[in-house]
Amino acid sequence: MELNGAQIVVQSLIDEGVEYIFGYPGGAVLHLYDAIFQQEELKHILVRHEQGATHAADGYARATGKPGVVLVTSGPGATNAITGIATAYLDSIPLVVISGQVSLPVIGSDAFQEVDMVGITRPCVKHNFLVKDVTKLAETIKKAFYVATSGRPGPVVIDIPKDITAPHIKVPYSYPDSVSIRSYNPVVTGHKGQIKKAVDLLLSAKKPIIYSGGGVVLGEASESLIEFTRTLGYPITNTLMGLGSYPATDKQFVGMLGMHGTYEANMAMHESDVIIAIGARFDDRVTGKLDLFCPNAKIIHIDIDPASISKTVRVAIPIVGDVKPVLEQMLELIKASTIKIDADALAQWWKQISEWQAINCLEFDRSSPLIKPQYVIEQLHEVTQGNAYVTSDVGQHQMWAAQYYKFNKPRRWINSGGLGTMGFGLPAAIGVKLAFPESDVACVTGEASIQMCIQELSTALQYKTPIKILNLNNRYMGMVRQWQEFSYESRYSHSYMDTIPEFVKLAEAYGHVGIRIDKPEEVRPTLEAAFAMKDRTVFIDIMTDRTENVYPMIEAGKGHHDMKLRVAIGTSTDRELA
Amino acid sequence: MMRHIISILMENESGALSRVAGLFSARGYNIESLTVAPTEDPSLSRMTLVTRGNDEIIEQITKQLNKLIDVVKLIDLADSFHIERELLMIKVKTTPEMRDEIRSMADIFRGKIIDVTPTTYIIEMTGPSEKLDAFIAAIDPESIIEAVRSGPTGISRGELGLHL
Repeated sequence: MELNGAQIVVQSLIDEGVEYIFGYPGGAVLHLYDAIFQQEELKHILVRHEQGATHAADGYARATGKPGVVLVTSGPGATNAITGIATAYLDSIPLVVISGQVSLPVIGSDAFQEVDMVGITRPCVKHNFLVKDVTKLAETIKKAFYVATSGRPGPVVIDIPKDITAPHIKVPYSYPDSVSIRSYNPVVTGHKGQIKKAVDLLLSAKKPIIYSGGGVVLGEASESLIEFTRTLGYPITNTLMGLGSYPATDKQFVGMLGMHGTYEANMAMHESDVIIAIGARFDDRVTGKLDLFCPNAKIIHIDIDPASISKTVRVAIPIVGDVKPVLEQMLELIKASTIKIDADALAQWWKQISEWQAINCLEFDRSSPLIKPQYVIEQLHEVTQGNAYVTSDVGQHQMWAAQYYKFNKPRRWINSGGLGTMGFGLPAAIGVKLAFPESDVACVTGEASIQMCIQELSTALQYKTPIKILNLNNRYMGMVRQWQEFSYESRYSHSYMDTIPEFVKLAEAYGHVGIRIDKPEEVRPTLEAAFAMKDRTVFIDIMTDRTENVYPMIEAGKGHHDMKLRVAIGTSTDRELA
Repeated sequence: MMRHIISILMENESGALSRVAGLFSARGYNIESLTVAPTEDPSLSRMTLVTRGNDEIIEQITKQLNKLIDVVKLIDLADSFHIERELLMIKVKTTPEMRDEIRSMADIFRGKIIDVTPTTYIIEMTGPSEKLDAFIAAIDPESIIEAVRSGPTGISRGELGLHL
């Protein structure tokens, strides 16, 4: 079969099993768009801004586990995609981003809409390619998918000059079944000796804790983690990225850890004698001040990326490998081991943890006449029976969604954890809804974040992706305001806007349903009504208590044991802010 | 801050060098010197990179380098017996009365005079970096017009080697 470059790209994506491609046309990709026009298998989703394309593809990837695919033009199309590529990079999400480039003869001449995409993206991709030969196109695409999805996943960019996709240059096409790269061989199986040592240490622990992260989600290891944790009977905490990989309603789950983690999770980390970190990378939002991090603990660390091990925290037993097979191997050894877990010590440890839990660090004022954002998330959980896919933007609402929506399944919590990208939630929700049209998809956002990619409401209408947007509107960039309250004597420098749009009208202008509520008793019925509208995107503008803060909190420079807790309920909040 | 010579075997492809250089600048590691050229297999390049850092930093550098898709293999030559050589070419001003002295100095350091004009010599010298430092220190700084150094390159001794 002879195809031109544009047809090769489209046919390669089809042969790779790609269902959706998120993109925006432009000069350098016109040949590609013409090839897309002339077929029906590969469905193109036209976004309103290239950042939206990358986030939508990213949401699709996070929810399905399959790589997200993006197509943008050269120059501004390419640079607009950067934020989304960096977002995926920091959270190890597999994306294949195809960018158009100016034709080979004019590369380097500052041609119209030329940027050095390979150069610009180099620090925020797992790998990138510039295709200079049409006969290498199919193989390069295969390599891109292989690199993006194997080992520690990540985004891969393929920059394709316009003349490579020219209609009149046809070459023989065949899509390779597999591809090998001699310089790229990710380690999958863990070292047996290390695994044995880890099991011995784990079984001898008196105050153990399991600390697991996004690697468990990415590695499809949730079931193995659950069996592992239940067999040991140890407490488990999840990172922001790991939420859902262990059921949040399970009694062994002590909540999220880190800056806005639970008191019990952070105290248990601090007091523990053995920590097993599984697919987690000791992010600074997790560890707090490194010098104070887990002073008494011996640490076991399982990670597919050797560079994640001992990057910030030195560990006693590193295990490089895919978390799922490593956990399975460990489980076998645990079951066969002659070392018996010290049941008395473990009971004592659980007793201590339950004392920390009794502080009830996530309690909030339930009698307030104002809508509490935490209450909204709790109600969202009830109305969707905990089964929704929840995307979020970045800020206070993100933390509340993480804390109060008890995620019981992996891949349901879709948020930008590493880069912290405002504007992620709405396009991500569109990507998720395309993947799972029958499931409830909620975007928990705030009035600041939502405006960063609000144009994608138009995309949601065009492709009939009925999502529910919960806009926790506190008339502030809440997290910025919270930090200014704590650290800058309440000087609220530019953390609010004087002119917040009327979101109801805005939603209606985009062809959706808009609802505004400001009383707690309206929350439940409004959510029920919104989710009952199966075929409509509903924008719920929820006027929340603008003084509410996210608790608990580890402030900068503090350790896990030194958390800022909510002062007695009813005294600290509901006051008027300047 | 120990000095380390990291020897890298990588794909001989455009952009490969910028990936290494970019990694160092993005993560705040320093590069003291860097040499690169294709190997006997033209599809591969061999890079020798001199850096400084404590054990933790060097461990991260080698891990991050290994993560680059274009990097096939690498070794830290400081971990084993190795030979390192650097090339120096130095151009010095000469006066008739100084020419003999400079020539004998070059001989002592086993350098060669490879270009002569009525007023200049160019001396070529190879050796470990410290030897080149010593030579430069031994001649009158006023007489140096310019000096170019390749940065060290190295190879491990014995049967061990960095190859596919």
